[in-house]
Amino acid sequence: MTGPSKHGGESAGADSLASSLREHRAPVLEVRGVTKAYGDAEVLRGIDLAVNEHEAVALIGASGSGKSTLLRCVDLLEEIDDGDVLLDAEVITDPAVDPTAVRRRLGMVFQAFNLFPHMTVLENVVLGPVRAHGIAREQARERARELLGRFGLGGREDERPDRLSGGQQQRVAIVRALATEPRALLLDEVTSALDPELVGEVLNVVRDLKAAGMTMLIATHEMGFARDVADEVCFLHEGRLLERGAPERIFSAPERPETQRFLRRLLEAR
Amino acid sequence: MEAATSRRAIRATARRRRSQRGAAIAALSTVVVIGGLAAIVVTSPGWSNVQETFFSWPDFKRVFPDVLAGFWLDVRMFCVIEVVVLVLGLVVALTRTSHAPALFPLRMLAVVYTDLLRGVPTILLVFLVGFGVPALELSGLPTDPVILGGAALALSYSAYVAEVYRAGIDSVHASQRSAALAVGLTEAQALRHVVLPQAVRRVVPPLLNDFVALQKDVALVSILGPLEAFRVAQIDASSNFNYTPLLAAALLYLCVTVPLARVVDRMQRQHQ
Repeated sequence: MTGPSKHGGESAGADSLASSLREHRAPVLEVRGVTKAYGDAEVLRGIDLAVNEHEAVALIGASGSGKSTLLRCVDLLEEIDDGDVLLDAEVITDPAVDPTAVRRRLGMVFQAFNLFPHMTVLENVVLGPVRAHGIAREQARERARELLGRFGLGGREDERPDRLSGGQQQRVAIVRALATEPRALLLDEVTSALDPELVGEVLNVVRDLKAAGMTMLIATHEMGFARDVADEVCFLHEGRLLERGAPERIFSAPERPETQRFLRRLLEAR
Repeated sequence: MEAATSRRAIRATARRRRSQRGAAIAALSTVVVIGGLAAIVVTSPGWSNVQETFFSWPDFKRVFPDVLAGFWLDVRMFCVIEVVVLVLGLVVALTRTSHAPALFPLRMLAVVYTDLLRGVPTILLVFLVGFGVPALELSGLPTDPVILGGAALALSYSAYVAEVYRAGIDSVHASQRSAALAVGLTEAQALRHVVLPQAVRRVVPPLLNDFVALQKDVALVSILGPLEAFRVAQIDASSNFNYTPLLAAALLYLCVTVPLARVVDRMQRQHQ
C-alpha cells in the first residue's frame, strides 16, 4: 500500500484503498441500522454510518429529519429501539453497558449551549473533569484556563454565562466538551441559535478542532462550513440516510431528487 | 433650537405639576380613609369598653414579660421545626421526582403523604398527634406536648414545602440534565450539582412565604398546653377579663412576620 489518501471519493482505486484501510482500523464511531420512534412517530428508520479517527462527518437535512435525535442516541441521551452504536468497536447501546461511562468518553455540544447558568464559566468547564473523571480541582482549573485562553475566552473565567455573547457562550460549551478529552465530539447545530454575525467565530473554532485532528459528528445547517470541514456529508430525510459522499460531490452533483430539492431550497433562501 | 428648549421646559413643568397633584391626592385620600375609619371606631358606642379591655396600658406592662417569655418558646420551636421541614420536604420531593424502580413504594408513600397532610386542617393534625400518640402508650415515643405539637407542624409543613421544591425541580429545563449527563455526570450528580441548585434558587421566595405562615401557626401548639405566647396571653386574659395580653402576643408575632414578609418581597423583586 502506498500512502493513505484522506479524501477517497474521486476514483474507484482511492475508494477501495479507503475501504481497505477501514477494515484494518475500526471507525471511532459506528452506527448500524439504528431506529428510534417516539410513539407512532418514527424519527430514525435504520441509519448506518461510520466516523473514522480524525474525520469529520456532517449530517445535513431539513429540521425534523432526525439529525439531532441521531446525535442524542449516539451520546445515549436517548435509548434506541433497534440497531447498534459502536464506540471504538465496542457496542455501547448494549443494555449491559453503563451509559455514564460511555458519555465520559464522548463530548457533546448543544444547539442552545445548555451552559449551567448558576456556575461561572470556569466552573462550567471544570464540573465534568472534577466530578466525572476525578481530576484534582486545581489541576482541572489549570487545564480549563489554558483551554479557555486558547479559544479566546481568557479573562472571562469568573463570569456567569449570561454575561457573555451567544458566540462566547457556545465557545465555552465547546471548551466544556473538550475538557474531558473526548474520543469524539458530537456537535448538534451549534450555530443555529446564534445571531448571524456570531456564527463565524464558532465555526472557526470547529475548523481549528478539525485541523487538530478531532474526530467529529456534526449536524449542521451551514452548507459552506460542511463543505470545508467534513470528510463525508450525509443527507438525512425523514429518518433515512438517503445519500452520502464527499462534500464536493454532494454539493455539486447530488443524485437523489430529495437532496437536490433540499439544496435548491437552501440556495433560494439565501 | 430655542423653540425646542422652551418646549422641553414646558413639558418638564407639566410633568412636575402632574406628580405634585398626584402626591396631594394620595395624601388627601389617605387622611380621609384612615381618619374616617378611626373616627368610626373611636365614636362607636362601645369604644370606651373596647379601649379598656384591649388597650389597657397597665395590663400591657404587667403581662408583657410573661408573654415575651412564652414567645421565646415560639421562636425556638419555629427554628427547630423550620430546619426539620426544609430537610424532610426535600427528601419527600426528591422521592417523588425520582424514577428509580426500587423507590416505587416510597414514591407512592410520598404522594399519599403530600395529599393527606396538605388535605387536613393543621389544627386537627396538631390535635391528633398531640393527644393520639401519647394515647398509644407506646414506650419510647415522646409525650412532651412541645415535641408532639412541633412534630405535627413539621409533618404538615413538610408536605407543603415538598410541593414547592418539586415545582422548582420541574421548572429546571430538561436540557440542563442532558448537558450534565453529557459531561459525564451520573443521574444523581446531575441532580445534586446542576438541577437542585437551580431549583432551590428559584423557590426561595415561596419557601420564605411558608416560613411566615409557619411562624404564626406555631401558636396552634397551644391547644396541647405548652405555655407559648398565645397560651400565656389567653390564660391571663381569661383570669383578668382583659384582652390586652392577646394584643401583646399579636404584636410579638408581627415583630417577626412583618420583617420576614419584607424580605420575601425583596427577593421576589430581585427574581424578576
